[in-house]
Amino acid sequence: MAKPLWARPFLYMLALAMSAFFLLPVYVMIVTSLKPLDEVTLADMWKLPSTVDWSSYATAFEKLAPNFWNSILLVVPATLLSALLGALNGYVLSKWKFKGADALFTLILFGMFIPYQSILIPLIQFLREIGLYNTIPGLVFVHVVYGIPITTLMFRNFYAAIPDEMIESAKIDGAGFVRIFRYIMLPLSVTGFVVVAIWQFTNIWNEFLFAVTITTSDKQPIMVALQNLSGSQIVQWNVQMAGALLAALPTLLVYIFLGKYFVRGLLAGSVKG
Amino acid sequence: METVKIAPAKETAAVPAVRKKRKWTADHWLAAAFLAPSVALIFLFVYGFIGWTGYVSVSNWNSLVPDWSFAGLKNYQYLFQDFRFQADLRNTLVFTVLFIAVVIVLGQLLAILLDQKLRGESLFRNIFFFPMALSFVVTGVVWQWLFNPSTGVNLFLKPFGLDSKWYTDTTIAAGFHWGKIEFGIPVAMIAVVVAAVWQMTGFAVAMYLAGLRAIPDEVREAARMDGATEFQLYWKIILPLLRPITVSVIIIMAHISLKIFDLIYAMTGPGANFVTDVPGVYMFETTFRGNYYANGAAIAIVMLLSVAIFIVPYLISSRKGGS
Repeated sequence: MAKPLWARPFLYMLALAMSAFFLLPVYVMIVTSLKPLDEVTLADMWKLPSTVDWSSYATAFEKLAPNFWNSILLVVPATLLSALLGALNGYVLSKWKFKGADALFTLILFGMFIPYQSILIPLIQFLREIGLYNTIPGLVFVHVVYGIPITTLMFRNFYAAIPDEMIESAKIDGAGFVRIFRYIMLPLSVTGFVVVAIWQFTNIWNEFLFAVTITTSDKQPIMVALQNLSGSQIVQWNVQMAGALLAALPTLLVYIFLGKYFVRGLLAGSVKG
Repeated sequence: METVKIAPAKETAAVPAVRKKRKWTADHWLAAAFLAPSVALIFLFVYGFIGWTGYVSVSNWNSLVPDWSFAGLKNYQYLFQDFRFQADLRNTLVFTVLFIAVVIVLGQLLAILLDQKLRGESLFRNIFFFPMALSFVVTGVVWQWLFNPSTGVNLFLKPFGLDSKWYTDTTIAAGFHWGKIEFGIPVAMIAVVVAAVWQMTGFAVAMYLAGLRAIPDEVREAARMDGATEFQLYWKIILPLLRPITVSVIIIMAHISLKIFDLIYAMTGPGANFVTDVPGVYMFETTFRGNYYANGAAIAIVMLLSVAIFIVPYLISSRKGGS
């Protein structure tokens, strides 16, 4: 391969420049969050703090802790339930196909793309009706229901890669729907569950529209509380940035430690069955 | 050019071509029984609720108390004559076009860059992808600070004589009047596009990278043997091969940008003269702050239709092409 000599250095410079663009907000976020308020002036935005001041983290944590806890209470059951439901649906729609199964699947899939504004008004009425409005279980329910399309899609694609012959031979050995799921599909599903769980965890943690319309004050998840931080009196940018970091931490950690599965989920979620 | 199959995600394993007609056994009924609750939930919560919203949009329910009397298309007529909604449509169009164009160009560029077997490739990859793990609210809050009118990025731009007010700017660049509405690019929108690009480019990079890795090395080698330069190789051969991925990226980005709400709500809000307003923000404020439920429902239905135009053909074609 005869490449010109300058090509490599140029490529590295380009990669570094682009990295700088992607890391810039993180730098500013961290630097600002570590400054005392009087140093958070507009002109000094790019400068390092003269002394490291953790107090904005204390303030942000104090304000956001209850909402952080709400988000945990929301995201854990919602993730588990929707992964389980998705696994069952994916199993049926890949290994127990019936006439019209693909058409039905497409109808389910459409639910993944709709703007949630288009179901929000009836949804809120419905939640009020059944007494789940402004509750965490209500939000769990909503995320499980609207998670069905994506989790079903992911598991359906995942299970489609498991050879049908395995199912067929299990059937010949007398195993039925439940036994095949329990003893063949589930043991093979660990990666599938990890991918789907990460995807749902990230999405539900980061979700805002349902959170802001279905809950108020002390029931609000972290993202709504973070957004509200800026609404109060003068904007304390150091506290804002500390709060943003706290709110982003769980999904960032998931990404740092399980990035491979995160990206796999990203791709699986983007492609039709 | 022969079609080289590019599979962004794992392709489904080939299903045996001949599917025998089987009788429904007890197990088939069991399978259907397990699927039934999800199907019922989707039909009620997606299709049923869309119908319900559709009905609200032609009702007179514009206060706290539900009013189910039929209003005809009054709410839609109001909407399309409304200055704010006209601005929203312009803004959505501008946002969607700019956002998708930049994401595609940058996504292809970065994916090709990562495909050059650089040292530290995985580190670069992680840096380009990580914003995907963040919430639009976090992105909005951080970029709001970065684009703060009197500071931030502007300190870099001042030496060039650019003194931008960014998201408080009400200028409509390249504008012309079309009826009441000034058509053109709202300058304030550029700040939002930059933030959205920062957040979502990783997605396109991931997809293009998967596509690049699926192109067999023989294709490159054959082109190089024929004397193609690296530039020609990418421009004439690789990029055309990536076209199916571009279609997917466009569809996914379009559906995100047409319903965008949280990023703009957290970063700028509607903006002065509604320069950064979008239907998602308008719908939220109309419905849940102003209690104009019928008007809000009408906005929601317009949003749904705009997304459906992209998504329905995509879903139908992918079902035919897929399994």
